[in-house]
Amino acid sequence: MSLDAETVRRIAALARIRVREEEVARLQGELNHILAWIEQLSEVRTEGVEPLPGAMRMTLTMREDVVSDGDLHDAILANAPDRADNAMGSFFAVPKVVE
Amino acid sequence: MTAPTDFTIAEARAALAAKRISAKELTAAHLAAIERLKDLNAFITVTPERALADAAAADARIARGEARPLDGIPLAVKDLFCTSGIRTTAASRILGTFIPPYESTVSAKLWAAGAVCLGKTNLDEFAMGSSNTTSAFGNVVNPWRRRGDNRDLVPGGSSGGSAAAVAARLCLGATATDTGGSIRQPAAFTGTVGIKPTYGRCSRWGIVAFASSLDQAGPIARTVRDAAILLREMSGHDPKDSTSADAPVPDFEAAVGRGVAGLRIGVPREYRLDGMAPEIEALWQQGIAWLQEAGATIHDISLPHTRYALPTYYIVAPAEASSNLARYDGVRYGLRVEEGGDLDAMYEATRGAGFGAEVRRRILIGTYVLSAGYYDAYYLKAQKVRALIQRDFDEAYRSVDAILTPATPSSAFAIGEKQDDPVTMYLNDVFTVPANLAGLPGISVPAGLDASGLPLGLQVLGRAFDEETVFRVAAAIEAAAGFDALPQLRAA
Amino acid sequence: MTYTLEGRTGAWEIVCGLEIHAQVISKAKLFSGAATAFGAAPNTQVSFVDAAFPGMLPVLNRECVAQAIRTGLGLNAEINLRSRFDRKNYFYADLPAGYQISQYQHPIVGRGEVVIDLADGTSRRIGITRLHLEQDAGKSLHDQHPTKSYIDLNRAGVALMEIVSEPDIRSPEEAGAYIAKLRQILRYLGTCDGNMEEGSLRADVNVSVRRPGEMYRTRCEVKNVNSIRFVMQAVEAEARRQIEVWESGGEVQQETRLFDPSRGVTRPMRSKEHAHDYRYFPDPDLPPLELDPAWIEELRAKLPELPDAKAARFQRDYGLSAYDARVLVAERATADYYEAVAKGRDPKQAANWVMGDLFAALNRTGRSIADSPVPAASLGRLLDLIADDTISGRIAKQVFEEMVETGAEPAAIVEAKGLRQVKDSGAIDAAVAQVLAAHADKVAEYRSGKDKLFGFFVGQVMKAMAGKANPALVNEALKRALS
Repeated sequence: MSLDAETVRRIAALARIRVREEEVARLQGELNHILAWIEQLSEVRTEGVEPLPGAMRMTLTMREDVVSDGDLHDAILANAPDRADNAMGSFFAVPKVVE
Repeated sequence: MTAPTDFTIAEARAALAAKRISAKELTAAHLAAIERLKDLNAFITVTPERALADAAAADARIARGEARPLDGIPLAVKDLFCTSGIRTTAASRILGTFIPPYESTVSAKLWAAGAVCLGKTNLDEFAMGSSNTTSAFGNVVNPWRRRGDNRDLVPGGSSGGSAAAVAARLCLGATATDTGGSIRQPAAFTGTVGIKPTYGRCSRWGIVAFASSLDQAGPIARTVRDAAILLREMSGHDPKDSTSADAPVPDFEAAVGRGVAGLRIGVPREYRLDGMAPEIEALWQQGIAWLQEAGATIHDISLPHTRYALPTYYIVAPAEASSNLARYDGVRYGLRVEEGGDLDAMYEATRGAGFGAEVRRRILIGTYVLSAGYYDAYYLKAQKVRALIQRDFDEAYRSVDAILTPATPSSAFAIGEKQDDPVTMYLNDVFTVPANLAGLPGISVPAGLDASGLPLGLQVLGRAFDEETVFRVAAAIEAAAGFDALPQLRAA
Repeated sequence: MTYTLEGRTGAWEIVCGLEIHAQVISKAKLFSGAATAFGAAPNTQVSFVDAAFPGMLPVLNRECVAQAIRTGLGLNAEINLRSRFDRKNYFYADLPAGYQISQYQHPIVGRGEVVIDLADGTSRRIGITRLHLEQDAGKSLHDQHPTKSYIDLNRAGVALMEIVSEPDIRSPEEAGAYIAKLRQILRYLGTCDGNMEEGSLRADVNVSVRRPGEMYRTRCEVKNVNSIRFVMQAVEAEARRQIEVWESGGEVQQETRLFDPSRGVTRPMRSKEHAHDYRYFPDPDLPPLELDPAWIEELRAKLPELPDAKAARFQRDYGLSAYDARVLVAERATADYYEAVAKGRDPKQAANWVMGDLFAALNRTGRSIADSPVPAASLGRLLDLIADDTISGRIAKQVFEEMVETGAEPAAIVEAKGLRQVKDSGAIDAAVAQVLAAHADKVAEYRSGKDKLFGFFVGQVMKAMAGKANPALVNEALKRALS
């Protein structure tokens, strides 16, 4: 699987990481190099093998339905780069999505 | 009397109990050492006031006869563990000046045991690296130098700061994390002991997540006994972590002296790499001989899928990381870069500016291998190969109790070497990655020096939740090796 | 006869499937211990887990799983003993982690069905494809600031059940009936309050059209429709739009649209839909979910009687019509109220009173059955007073109104107002005599053939006795007096 420049741009957009145009070619080279190395996995015979599930072989334990958290809004907002307070309360503020 | 920075944890514990030294003196000595050796750049944040307050509290408890297991022991914490009220960076620009309002479970347990917090150690950004040369806060310098060579060497990574700090005697022990080798490889490069326990042994709650199914916390210390002491305090079931094992924590320290008589040690043929440095091979053979002399039996084993471990890792880890790092978006904490555009523009600018080159590469690889059309060929395939790797170990452990391998394919290299090609850097983890994929415990123990006087480590792998056997074997190697070389750069 | 829409070139069928997002009733969120109650001040019901702070991890809430199982059982669906949580990755300000924990390949509930009742009295089975658990997102407010959106994460992490129907729906009416039935079942089970205005039940509507006999054509999705009425309108509007496209020689493009209720049309969503590659993969923070079959049986045993079963029982045991039964089981509270009244009494009479007088009073006073001014036991006692002839049916209606006004007990009102039925034949005869004497001319007319005047005399006697005379005795007395 070899990536072209357009794919690099598309992945960067999916990952929301700005890649400057002048970086695309180098990044493309690095990523292709890594992918080529990873490619050797296709040699391995895996028919009938169950993929390892998330979190190894553990069983999922559940918790009781009690309110044990929240009511922390100052701590939640304390590190906010842009915090907005109005009559309704306190919010995280972000630039508007262009609809 | 031993200099305070030359104590092991076990020795310091005894000295404190016997009142030969106070916690305050012990801590002050380490704070001074950190300051003197700040060019190693092992710390991102030093916390002298907190350390002295912790020490004072420990002294008070010791005086009252209510000493806790780690009272007064000065430790450093890898800056991947969230520490309440203390800036936590993951060595990245993107966390900005984030100060967590909560404490990671593992570090909370250490403070509850009375340990003293010296500060947060440097690491590869988001724990992605084997050299500690990707930190936004600068490289960490290995306290070891090659004989007759002044070049700065890498301490290994990602827990380079923790390993360097322990080796240079800036702290008695440090917490670290290991996703593909990030405890064991830097321990081997710095002549220290580092153990990655079984997946689920330590809680991941409050540790900045890199690759959730691989990350594990563990200690770096100067001796096997010290590592056992620390691991015991760090371990335990945490209901806040759904991947935390509900397994009782044995007294690891008690296992340290049990010896290896009757243990069966496996030597996997696939770990013998083409073109492996003769010194590494020689050390491995030496390790085998030591264990035999100590009463263990040696068995050839095969772990057939070993060579696929690294590429498997470099699919699974970046994939999970690409998702785990999506939360660093400038909305709720950390860096935000706004250039007058809309929300997506803010995301792109923030993450573009906030992530370093290696992190960005891995996020992009991870995003790609999960993307539509590629999931089956990459991620799903990798999880199947991972199952085969785990099966290899399950099979091997039917006939052996522990496995002995080299820890790294080389000794520490110079900062700037191996930098051009990411894949070359990835190959540093060739011996360590399989244990992460299989969730098994592994330790690196210093076993000798190479021709240029740099430490080399041997790795011992164990069965799931059998860290006790790992400690027994590591202690036997430690005893036989008698490794007493010291790094050139260290606290006096 | 399948519903069709007439296009310019002929008849078209509608093919519709609904994806319903139902907020689970639970005290705490799906993967965190923060509260779920509606209406709290912004960002006060948010844990560090919900806000995706570094190092935070999810822990599954058992009650949310139980609610999903109960819902699956209520939909006659397969409960999957093994299911898995997956991450759905995308970026939006109300999704703090940059992914939603959902279930993609292995949902907790599999195939089931819902029976819907249509206005013409017929029923249809609508298939359920699956039900899975997932996190809700936070809320973005776009109208608080000219250039910024404000984010409230209270809702982030609340448990949702996504219920996907088969594309079995064929008309706007069926779509409405499906949501109404699903909502009713959820409310009966207590697994979702079904409040569409508050957003606890939201519908995404998938619509395509086809010529009768064809297979499927391209469909579009109309997202986030928040009332049953709008869903029905959206189905119609979208179907018409697609018919127009096909009939003008165009091709319907698969896209996501929004319904504009003020203009009664759908329009395309303007966000970058092509960018949504969700990169689903199993959440590595959560092991697979394995359900104990014994637990499922425990939950099954404690399920309440569901609307269809209850309606059938009402028809069987109380002799009610299908229509009346359906009205009375619409809400569980109503059904329980009715049964409390009907028990040991004439069930049809009870039904008439509940559906007539009680509903009217509730409407008038703006109350719900849950806070009815007249408790079921009191209404029951009123009916007892009719049954034992203490009061007449007409007087009872008066008493009832008084009960609604004052909350007093019927017996007390009857005593206080002296409304007891008069059964004293002497008094009745006297009144009859009085009335006939006062209207001698009419008596004569009656005797000469004007039978209809009998009713007039009855009315006059009733008036003279302030309505309290026993009607049967009045009739008898008048007949005797007039013969």
